[in-house]
Amino acid sequence: MAKIRGSIVVNIDRCKGCEVCMVSCPTGTIAMAKEVNHKGYYYAYPANPDLCIGCASCAMVCPDGVITVYKTKI
Amino acid sequence: MAEATGIKDILKPENLVYNKTKIMTDNVLSYCPGCGHGTAHRILAEIIGEEGLQSQTIGVSPVGCSVLLYNYLDIDWQEAAHGRAPAVATAIKRLLPDKFVFTYQGDGDLAAIGTAETIHSCNRGENILIIFINNGIYGMTGGQMAPTTISGMKTSTSPYGRDVKLMGNPLKITDIVATLPGTYYVTRQSVHTPANVRKTKKAMRKAVQYQKLNKGTCFIEIVSNCPSGWKMTPVLSNKWMEENMFPFYPLGDIKVPEEKSAQ
Ligand SMILES: Cc1ncc(C[n+]2csc(CCOP(=O)(O)OP(=O)(O)O)c2C)c(N)n1
Ligand code: SF4
Ligand code: SF4
Ligand code: SF4
Ligand SMILES: [Mg+2]
Repeated sequence: MAKIRGSIVVNIDRCKGCEVCMVSCPTGTIAMAKEVNHKGYYYAYPANPDLCIGCASCAMVCPDGVITVYKTKI
Repeated sequence: MAEATGIKDILKPENLVYNKTKIMTDNVLSYCPGCGHGTAHRILAEIIGEEGLQSQTIGVSPVGCSVLLYNYLDIDWQEAAHGRAPAVATAIKRLLPDKFVFTYQGDGDLAAIGTAETIHSCNRGENILIIFINNGIYGMTGGQMAPTTISGMKTSTSPYGRDVKLMGNPLKITDIVATLPGTYYVTRQSVHTPANVRKTKKAMRKAVQYQKLNKGTCFIEIVSNCPSGWKMTPVLSNKWMEENMFPFYPLGDIKVPEEKSAQ
């Protein structure tokens, strides 16, 4: 049975920690890091990467365009 | 089999489904965290790229937080004085009628100091696209009340909320331009959720295609947030916008081309 698997890459240095991606993710893949990036923001990262379905909702709402999305059938 | 598929197997070029468009430069956006300006820029950039218009587009940037917009999209630009973008765009489009010419303006720019330029270019039916980012506030200068500030909304110059008896009524300039014979397509959208991003992108694609018909001004309002000026977190500002801005500024098409509406 084919299953959709996705994965995101966050450009951590350029994330501003706005959390808009996190609340837009339908699968709870994204969380905010406990540490800050060099700008001082708690950056977004795929905390539960296995849940990602590659829907790109996070990337579409990211104001800084720092999320890249991959998707495949397995 | 499924267990064997790791992240590395997914992160392959052939599996790429979303990447920042090349029309966006690599410059870091100057906006506050969570500000809708960045999302609006990217949607516009994607449309310019997908429609193959990079070399034919001339943008006119405003005064306001998006004053540096010309650093962010890799197209030709002209910066205008505060509020004058539609006048500048009028001249550019008339001199270079084959170009796709648009303005990008905030509410202070478009609906306060630039009201005359906005109304007259729309009334003349200039064949340009006007993109209007309405965050109900003068974001750049410290969050002062704008003509678009809704009733009861707190700003740095209406700290107890806008009192319409004292300060006048908020202005729905998009509804006004929709009544003018020169406008061809007028719509109000937002960019704060994936579904709204999709709708805005669709509206922008329509506007870009309508432009080619030379039938008048296309006007897209994007009701947006200003987390810093509103003094809220980005996520709360988007919620506040849904609950307070959208009832006054309802989303959807306001004027659609006649051949479409007749169907
Ligand atoms: C002629 C002139 N008057 C006033 C200003 C000050 N000023 C700069 S930006 C701005 C308002 C910007 O608000 P808006 O257009 O809503 O953009 P936002 O920052 O909210 O995106 C004002 C009044 C100016 N730069 N030039
Ligand atoms: S691609 Fe979809 S599922 Fe994956 S992190 Fe982004 S929003 Fe969540
Ligand atoms: S939406 Fe973008 S900038 Fe905001 S937290 Fe997510 S990755 Fe960072
Ligand atoms: S002041 Fe408001 S409009 Fe300007 S960048 Fe910050 S959040 Fe955006
Ligand atoms: Mg504004």
